[in-house]
Amino acid sequence: MASAAPFASPRELSERPVYQPSTPQLSTLLTEFLQQLINGLSLGAIYALIALGYTMVYGVLRFINFAHSDVFMVGSFAGFYIGRGMPKESFATGFLALAGAMVVCALLGVTIERLAYRPLRNRSKLTVLITAIGVSLLLENLGQFIFGAAPKAFPTLFPVHTFNVAGLVIGSNQIVVLVVALALLGALQYIVLRTKVGTAMRAVSFNPQAASLVGINNDRIISFTFALGSALAAAGGILYSLNYQAIDPLMGVLPGLKAFVAAVLGGIGNIPGAALGGLLIGVIETFVNGSRFSTFTDAIAFAILIGILLFRPAGLLGKLQVEKV
Amino acid sequence: MRTSPFPISPVIPRSQVVLLSAIAIAGLLAACASRIDDYFALIISNIGINIILAVSLNLINGYTGQFSLGHAGFMAVGAYTAAAITMFAGPKFAPALTQGAGIHVLFPLALVGGGLAAALAGMLVGAPSLRLKGDYLAIVTLGFGEIIRVIFRNVDSLGGALGLNGIPAYTNLFWVYAFAALTVYVVVSLVNSTYGRGFLAVHDDEIAAEAMGINTTHYKITAFVVGAFFAGVAGGLYGHSILTIAPTGFDFMRSIEIVVMVILGGMGNTTGVIIAAVLLTLLPEGLRMLAGAPVSLPFSAPFNNLKWIAETRMIIYSLLVIVLMLARPQGMFSWTKRTATKPGS
Repeated sequence: MASAAPFASPRELSERPVYQPSTPQLSTLLTEFLQQLINGLSLGAIYALIALGYTMVYGVLRFINFAHSDVFMVGSFAGFYIGRGMPKESFATGFLALAGAMVVCALLGVTIERLAYRPLRNRSKLTVLITAIGVSLLLENLGQFIFGAAPKAFPTLFPVHTFNVAGLVIGSNQIVVLVVALALLGALQYIVLRTKVGTAMRAVSFNPQAASLVGINNDRIISFTFALGSALAAAGGILYSLNYQAIDPLMGVLPGLKAFVAAVLGGIGNIPGAALGGLLIGVIETFVNGSRFSTFTDAIAFAILIGILLFRPAGLLGKLQVEKV
Repeated sequence: MRTSPFPISPVIPRSQVVLLSAIAIAGLLAACASRIDDYFALIISNIGINIILAVSLNLINGYTGQFSLGHAGFMAVGAYTAAAITMFAGPKFAPALTQGAGIHVLFPLALVGGGLAAALAGMLVGAPSLRLKGDYLAIVTLGFGEIIRVIFRNVDSLGGALGLNGIPAYTNLFWVYAFAALTVYVVVSLVNSTYGRGFLAVHDDEIAAEAMGINTTHYKITAFVVGAFFAGVAGGLYGHSILTIAPTGFDFMRSIEIVVMVILGGMGNTTGVIIAAVLLTLLPEGLRMLAGAPVSLPFSAPFNNLKWIAETRMIIYSLLVIVLMLARPQGMFSWTKRTATKPGS
């Protein structure tokens, strides 16, 4: 949390045009706007990937998996070690690192659920919440112990190229981020809506007791949900590191919290909502970061969170549930 | 008033006798402070500050059953306000109070000022808690803590990101333990009063409490305001003890430390929470000493110096939280059973 991670790398920051309060041309304004929008969307796509993990776990277990942000961190480090072992960056090795990190994190997610959360089924919500915080601390401290606390330079997994389209600067990594995020979102939507296991997930989320009555193995479905969410977090971690270029064991804290805000903004438990919320948070944050209020960037997500909880607690796409006594 | 078979004093109620004697002991402790090693005096003072923090958080998280992760934020508000009073407002408006015996008036005023500012922040956080509970509330309070930090980082007159330096060293053991005694007194008498049963009712079953005609909103906000007040006082004491405060010192981890004290002690168990605050303040210091001392053990050359303890300290700490939640969610020091944990609550 100490390195209040701005999305741009230090190199990019120095190249970014300084804010000038003059009256620029309309076309320059438009270009600037589109540029920020593209930057915002590629940041938002990453938030969306992380937010999906929060929202799916909340859907089946009704609790916030605080450790999710650290699974994201582990995903980055998995990508770091796999990518460092690769001979030369190409799309094949990049996707291999991505897939490898996703598998590692899926296993990690299932392990966490099995060891820490499953014994607490049917316990008070607060107990589970505190355990989740404990798991998060454990992963961060283990990370510092194993990987070292100093930031590491993330390898360029994919070939880097910069495109200039009508005055807009688009990095190839930004395209990779958007394409991968969209593909994963599509795959997730397919799994949840069209497959048997996805139907079971929705059933467990709707009513766990009734789901087990019709023969669904709740524990297995919950494990699967954790695997899916953690794999998406790993993908988010790698995409984030590609743009941020430096990784450390505490890198997950702030993006994790913001992704959680994104999940709440979209309506927690709602998959398209999480994607929408992630994109919105990313875009808003990038615009604030580009304005003269850039020092308040880290606070903006929380301000949105408090606002949405006060005025529309169910989120943008969520439905308000009536509490039964 | 509960009548005791052995009335200690016919005039003053028993609990207040306890408070007065605790303050007297604090005075005695402070009188001996000059004989204690500086390092130990600092640890003893930190223990007192952590007792204030943990007991006040226990009112919110333990007795009222809300889950706040923003206690460090309230602490920051108190620390900055108190420091601003002793550093800027005091010399400007009442220069007489900054010298000699005057500081004994200025300092408690600054602490109470810090507490009131934190209480105001507590009221702001308490307001969303009207409609939020459980993990949502945890995230909102966490967010408030972060927002407070970002705001302080952007206030240049309070040092910005670098923090505030040169705070006068007004904190001594008397003030720390006098306020610790006051915190324990206020929280215990509040919860044990007829009025205070409402906190427990909100904790046990909010809907049932509401059905009984208890104004749950009122109780939740009261818990936040009182808890935040004492966190602010603790922040003021902390600032005037370490003499330099920065926004990074009041981050999420600090809140978690206080939460762990409350969990270890047992939510809603003031005695347990005090024991936990003492132990968890001593633990890192003890481990640090252990790690520095070479110990010769038979057959174990790699463990000769216990340096590994210092490195794995935080791992042990987080494992402790998980194991505690799996094995004893009611806390280490809760022996009497309260059947408030029900599935899905």
